[in-house]
Amino acid sequence: MTGGEGLRLEALSLALRGEPLFAPVTLTVPPGRVAAIVGPSGCGKSSLLLALCGLLSGPFTVSGEAWIESIPLLQLPPERRKLGLIFQDPLLLPHLSVAENLAFGLSAAAGRRGKGERAAAIEEALAQIRLPGYGKRDPATLSGGQRARVALMRSLLAEPRALLLDEAFASLDAGLRQEMRSFVAAILRERGLPALLVTHDQADAEALAEQQVELAFVQQNT
Amino acid sequence: MRLSRRQILAGSAGLAALAMAPQARADAFDLSDWDSVAAAARGQQVYFNAWGGDRRINDYIAWAGQTLMERHGVELIQVKISDVADAVTRVLAERTAGQDSDGAIDLIWINGENFAAMKANDLLFGPFTSALPNWRLVDLVDNPTALVDFTIPTDGLEAPWGRAQFNILYDSDQVSAPPPRFAGFLDWAKEHPRRLTYPRPPDFMGTTFLKQGLITLTPDPSILEKPPADQAAFDAAAAPLWDFLDQLTPLLWRGGSSYPTSGPAQQQMLADGELDFAFSFNPGDLQSGIATGLFPASTESYLFDGGTLGNSHFLAIPYNARAKAGALVAINFLISSEAQARKADPQLWGDPTILALAALTPAERARFESLASPPQPLTPGASAPSLPEPHPAWTSALEAAWTSRYGR
Amino acid sequence: MGGAVGAVVVLLLGAPVLLGLVGVVLPAFGYLPALGGESLTLDPWRQLFAEPGLWTAALLGLSSGLLATLLSLCLVIALLAAGPLWLRRGLQALLAPLVAVPHIALAVGLTFLIMPSGWLVRFVSPWPSGWERPPDLAFPQDDLGLSLILGLVAKETPFLLLMALAALPRLDEEWRLAMARSLGYHPVTAWLKTVLPDLLRALRLPLAAVLSYGVANVEMAVILGPNTPPTLAILILDWFRDPDLAQRFLGSAAALLQLGIVLFALALTWGLALGLGRLARRLAADGRRGQGRLLLPAGLWLALPPLLALTLLALLVLFVWSFAARWRFPDLLPVWSLETWQRQGESVALLTGQSLALALCSTAIALLLAFALLESRRPARQRAAEPWLLPVLALPLLVPQIAFLFGAAVAALQSGIAAPWFFVLWGHLLFVLPYVYLTLAGPHRGLDRRYHQQAISLGKGPWRVFFTVTLPLLRAPLLTAAAVGLAVSFALYLPTVLLGGGRVVTLASEAVALSGGGDRRLLAVTALLQALVPLLAIALAIRLGRKRRFLP
Repeated sequence: MTGGEGLRLEALSLALRGEPLFAPVTLTVPPGRVAAIVGPSGCGKSSLLLALCGLLSGPFTVSGEAWIESIPLLQLPPERRKLGLIFQDPLLLPHLSVAENLAFGLSAAAGRRGKGERAAAIEEALAQIRLPGYGKRDPATLSGGQRARVALMRSLLAEPRALLLDEAFASLDAGLRQEMRSFVAAILRERGLPALLVTHDQADAEALAEQQVELAFVQQNT
Repeated sequence: MRLSRRQILAGSAGLAALAMAPQARADAFDLSDWDSVAAAARGQQVYFNAWGGDRRINDYIAWAGQTLMERHGVELIQVKISDVADAVTRVLAERTAGQDSDGAIDLIWINGENFAAMKANDLLFGPFTSALPNWRLVDLVDNPTALVDFTIPTDGLEAPWGRAQFNILYDSDQVSAPPPRFAGFLDWAKEHPRRLTYPRPPDFMGTTFLKQGLITLTPDPSILEKPPADQAAFDAAAAPLWDFLDQLTPLLWRGGSSYPTSGPAQQQMLADGELDFAFSFNPGDLQSGIATGLFPASTESYLFDGGTLGNSHFLAIPYNARAKAGALVAINFLISSEAQARKADPQLWGDPTILALAALTPAERARFESLASPPQPLTPGASAPSLPEPHPAWTSALEAAWTSRYGR
Repeated sequence: MGGAVGAVVVLLLGAPVLLGLVGVVLPAFGYLPALGGESLTLDPWRQLFAEPGLWTAALLGLSSGLLATLLSLCLVIALLAAGPLWLRRGLQALLAPLVAVPHIALAVGLTFLIMPSGWLVRFVSPWPSGWERPPDLAFPQDDLGLSLILGLVAKETPFLLLMALAALPRLDEEWRLAMARSLGYHPVTAWLKTVLPDLLRALRLPLAAVLSYGVANVEMAVILGPNTPPTLAILILDWFRDPDLAQRFLGSAAALLQLGIVLFALALTWGLALGLGRLARRLAADGRRGQGRLLLPAGLWLALPPLLALTLLALLVLFVWSFAARWRFPDLLPVWSLETWQRQGESVALLTGQSLALALCSTAIALLLAFALLESRRPARQRAAEPWLLPVLALPLLVPQIAFLFGAAVAALQSGIAAPWFFVLWGHLLFVLPYVYLTLAGPHRGLDRRYHQQAISLGKGPWRVFFTVTLPLLRAPLLTAAAVGLAVSFALYLPTVLLGGGRVVTLASEAVALSGGGDRRLLAVTALLQALVPLLAIALAIRLGRKRRFLP
């Protein structure tokens, strides 16, 4: 019953004030692969990701179970789940420079505490997202695509066990979107990370994901 | 009165204030012709700057205002101030700004150093007292303070309104044998530390306490009638007082690190049981305090053996007052036998009259004699005479010295 | 039109402050011809520095203002970073009314609570404390100014919290937290590292206003502050009011010193904020996720509910005193009576009327000017406020009142216009307009421009658009701004007494006069009304603002 490798959801479902939002979802995403969750807006796709991260509170309840690398997720506090969450809005902190935004994500694990070590790691990360020398810049001066890459890299620097992409390409125009998709796909393959993509855009889903799960509305009498 | 008050209420007071200017120009009268004064006064608004810290006094002034409106068409508006010095400052500021007419203050309740300051700076209207029809009723013989205010001759620039004598209040259930003399407070405080204090000078009750101490302790009280000759003379005269206070201060309430802000505040603390003594300048305070439930019925008051400070308080008109005629009519009413008798009623205020009862008609005299319990027990007697106030120069010097010694 | 309105506002707010300061600067150096000071001299300063207790007084104001501001800010930060969500939501409804409680009324109520014969002591007396008489506690009005700090914190914390809650929605708080937590950050650390720096930037003006008020205020310091010596602001007031006019030179020098101290405090906190900002960036970039080490200081939010309870109790004790016939220590409750309300009803109604007249007039003018300012900027569209506007609006809030109002009062006298009410109204406008404008500016900027474009394309003129589109869309903020203006006006003490020369008497000035030892029952009635009217106005504004014609 436990997950094995990658990310596994087992009969995962959300309820709002006791009313289930969608039919339970079961899926497995192997390392380096992407699964897409599609569905109309308002069906609870984004809430599902927040629930996986442990960030859903208030009137929502979660049922079912989820594992990452065989670790049951739902019992862990949010900050120990190690799931990189990428939003449509890159949410770069305006009071920090590009490098500091990346450093915010860079974990403080052993070997990454010293000033020099951290600076080197940031420089390397900037190079990886094709923004070498951009470290001192104000994030507000970056283009939309550059911001999206910084946000992605910030999540990766935190050494996540999986990536959760919430309409992550929606704010980009068509050309950039294509570029970003292949960039993400390459990175996931390279690092062997499983990813869950939530989108209402069929093209996103088809370009990246090997499997698609459509969230079905639960019939409600309202 | 109602109409003009409503004007203020309605927020049109800005306009009302502008509209007042022509009225002032119509204010022409001849001081020797009282009828012209009364005619000019009709319709005037008299801003009466009076200490507003006592509800009974405010009620009394409100009654006077109502009566003045009904009988003389004068609207008396009390501007409640916490320190008369504020009003003096105001007049000074007006003169500084060159506003020699239409000043903000028409009538002022005053005595002592504030009168001295105003007189010295020519800030008072008058002499006017002998023009008042009721002036003939005022006791100028048996009351040495009617014409001399803290050793300064009044010169007709202010009319006496009431009399006062420093007295001490205590709860006889808590304190069986209060110290009979000023100096006894020190022994008393040694036995009962932190249960005694005095209002913070320059509050006038606190300053009065200092003056009482000065008069009692200084080697030669007669030098207090004139300003201190020089700093050395002041230091010599005040040295025994500072000795006394140096010993007393650590034994005071809060160890002398803080003082009540005023006489009434000190009386509240006596009422709360936080202090064992409070001071008063008005024999009526005791009875009215018991009547209103502030003090328990066991509260009593007394005078020191050898006497306590006594003085009169006065009414004066600033030189640049807008409604001088109205102010004159108001003063004349306030020293009438009717107004004085009401003021002497301990149920209402309890302030001793400045009138000579002998000068009154039998009917007028009856008003005073019918008072339930006139404030007789505290009128000066052989063992506790009313002591004259020192010259105001001593007052300001005492306040300044106290402030640098204990007040900061 | 925009330029004209701007000029009016500059004149209206800038002129009194600057004239007032000039009226203090010259006498501070001995120049005041009316008093015989015709040459420049340093004598006033020599006299000032020889004053006993000067530095104690100055330090007292500085330390109480600084500490109170910092403490209030820490409480706000602790609540937002670590407090439970239910408390935050629960407070949100309570805050606006709490902010409307004037300093004076709060200080009086707190005194009735915490004095040795106050309600808190009565709760435990004579059992279990054993106190048959009030205990010998040097509190309130303690030498260190602790009771003053308590009063300031109780007053300013709700204000800062309200300002913070208004600023947070623009900062994407929830998303930043979600992002940081998904990166492995502890929730408190996440808030401190992602939200706090920008929140502090948004709170700069409110913080500066709170600090300036705290250091140099008169109202709270006179009621809750120590008196041997009092704070510098109180000393200045005493000097300016001294019958010996020569003391004005001294007072003027001291007023300049006070201005310098406020500027010093502002510079100090500004420097501190810069340093903290740099530190925050370093900390944000160090990657530490902070697993709970911050919990201890963050637990400070626990102090918030007792603090607010104290404020509510302070209002309650005013209410109780106002219905007391007699209330002797250690009775927990008084012998009840309507007497104070009945006997003083008329005079108190008059005071309330005077306060209301000033509040309504100043608020109405302030609303007009605020709208004129905001609408005249419209064509410039997205451009933020003109660079000069904010400094001018902030001027009366940042320059200590005690430093410029005396000079302004003398200038008013010298104008020869004998209209004290008019000058008091002007004085109120100095403080009402900035708050009204700042309350309206955000929502006005947030208006969806397309409604107007739509209306204009339908052929409506600018006035019709304003009345049929802008005003209805801004109904809730408009009502809030009106209530805020009214509350600000009700709380003003110094402008009323100084510019009115004693002729304009309001609930605020009466309450301060009575606080020196008058009848506690009458003081309670006065202070209670001073608090109740703004409270009702705020409650009404919230209620009316929420009511909608069509339910969603």
